[in-house]
Amino acid sequence: MPRYAHKRFTSKPPPELRGEPSPHYPVTIIGAGPVGLAAAIDLALHGIKVVVLDDSDRVSVGSRAICWAKRTLEIFDRLGIGERMVAKGVTWQVGRLFHGNREVYAFDLLPEAGHKMPAFINLQQYYVEEFLVERCADFPDLIDLRWNNKLVNLSQQPDFVTIEVETPEGAYPLRTSWLVACDGARSRTRNLLGLDFTGRVFEERFLIADVEMKADFPSERWFWFEPQFHTGESALLHKQPDGIYRIDLQLGPDADPEEEKKPERVIPRIQAMVGDRPFELDWVSVYTFQCRRLEKFVHDRVIFAGDSAHIVSPFGARGGNGGIQDVDNLAWKLAAVIKGEAAATLLATYDEERIFGADENIRHSARSTNFMTPKSETERVFRRAVLDLAATHVFARRMVNSGRLSAPCSLTNHALQTPPEPGLGALPGALPGQVCPDAPLTAPDGTQTFLLNQLGQHFKLLAIGPIAPPPAIDLPVIKIAPTSFADTEGFAAARLGQNTLYLIRPDQHIAARFTAPTHESITQALRRASGLAPTTASAAA
Amino acid sequence: MTTPDHDGMAGRADDIYEALLAAHDGLTPPESAALNARLILLLCNALSNPDAALTIIAAARRGVK
Repeated sequence: MPRYAHKRFTSKPPPELRGEPSPHYPVTIIGAGPVGLAAAIDLALHGIKVVVLDDSDRVSVGSRAICWAKRTLEIFDRLGIGERMVAKGVTWQVGRLFHGNREVYAFDLLPEAGHKMPAFINLQQYYVEEFLVERCADFPDLIDLRWNNKLVNLSQQPDFVTIEVETPEGAYPLRTSWLVACDGARSRTRNLLGLDFTGRVFEERFLIADVEMKADFPSERWFWFEPQFHTGESALLHKQPDGIYRIDLQLGPDADPEEEKKPERVIPRIQAMVGDRPFELDWVSVYTFQCRRLEKFVHDRVIFAGDSAHIVSPFGARGGNGGIQDVDNLAWKLAAVIKGEAAATLLATYDEERIFGADENIRHSARSTNFMTPKSETERVFRRAVLDLAATHVFARRMVNSGRLSAPCSLTNHALQTPPEPGLGALPGALPGQVCPDAPLTAPDGTQTFLLNQLGQHFKLLAIGPIAPPPAIDLPVIKIAPTSFADTEGFAAARLGQNTLYLIRPDQHIAARFTAPTHESITQALRRASGLAPTTASAAA
Repeated sequence: MTTPDHDGMAGRADDIYEALLAAHDGLTPPESAALNARLILLLCNALSNPDAALTIIAAARRGVK
């Protein structure tokens, strides 16, 4: 399999450098990584024009974020690249956990039926970015990708942001109503605003390497605690497409990054992991990590998303996945504000909901880090006891923490959701705040489809069973059984209950759930989910 | 379960205390620490009540520092 060939992207000089007047841009996105590109596509799907500035001219070097969780794949599917990612990505099903040289246990992740997207895939970040860049080309009138365009200065006015951009062809100023900073852990936007993270820095150093196996190697995830082949605390090996394996080696706080990156240091360690199978080193990097975030993500007209807003340890793959969930939450809100369908205060709920999500990710990844890096003799004793018991006891296997895979964030009890009618929570079905669960459906014309593909990215009503929304509600309705879509395999009823009406947000989270909907209750729930104050039914939006 | 007057030993407190000491018999301090850790994990699981386990952990800590 040939190595990934990095293409150089080119973009024509911006109007500002062609002597044309600079238009006023509704949204400028800083950074064309997975988060920035996803934000551009999501906003374009809402009809919003965006400019994307990136200080390089190619996709990421090295695999970087590789594990994409189910919810992220569902979001990518909504953006139009989900199926392509799944086709290219690989999954591992068998995981093996070692303590020293001893295999403690192995497990087999069987896929859960009735979902379009798998629990996760492994796919190098450069592929994700390539697919997103190609998808951006489907919106030539809405997405203006500018490579080698570097943000160098920024000032906020009450109604807009002025930035200074440097390019190889010269510098130019640009005026934008909103600026979305997706420029990563070392965000220049964050530095220009003088903002800093709060939270924990972990002292551990990790070496990550992409290794191309020249012969068959099992498609499994292998994780070692206290491996014999190097002095660090842990090691991880798992598979990516193109016969590339990703290796993460914990080095300890005293390791010298430059020394550790040298092939003569790296290669013997990999040999110790994979035996005498031939391999080639593709990429090596050394990093330390932090579990920290900005105090708030919305700073007037500058909004942070992804690693620029929060950073986590890599265990559990919560960096890339968390960033895509930021976009999912932000894009429809920002689009509604720009179109005048919502007040700018709706953006405060991005802060509320995604700070909650970031804290959840930080908590989980900090727990994984604590398990993987015992800080005292007592912590080490407990970890050893867990690993010993895990050989024979199921409960102890659940305590072994080499990363908890990112799960969808539940927004139950947050401001936009309407609390369920009393007693509703006890019935089968999903609760306001949760992501609408997927289910295979048969469309009226007999074609097979999935529920989430029918939801799209606008407010919708979803009716399960004979229940019908009251007349004169100005919202599209998806009806499942007995009319319209058929719940052929029963997954929709099992996951969403019977005779129940849901109001679904544009990001496919459930905003409200009704068993006895009225015009008034739906109208108020829609106003609430749109960040509008309650009003009388006759004045409904 | 953690109130001061709760007695869950069913009249066999001496048996339990003796068994705890006997289990540590002949162990070095690191081995004893390992045994205690295993014991705590097994007990937490046997409780089948995570809320109670959390309450007990907090109650135990209050008696130390």
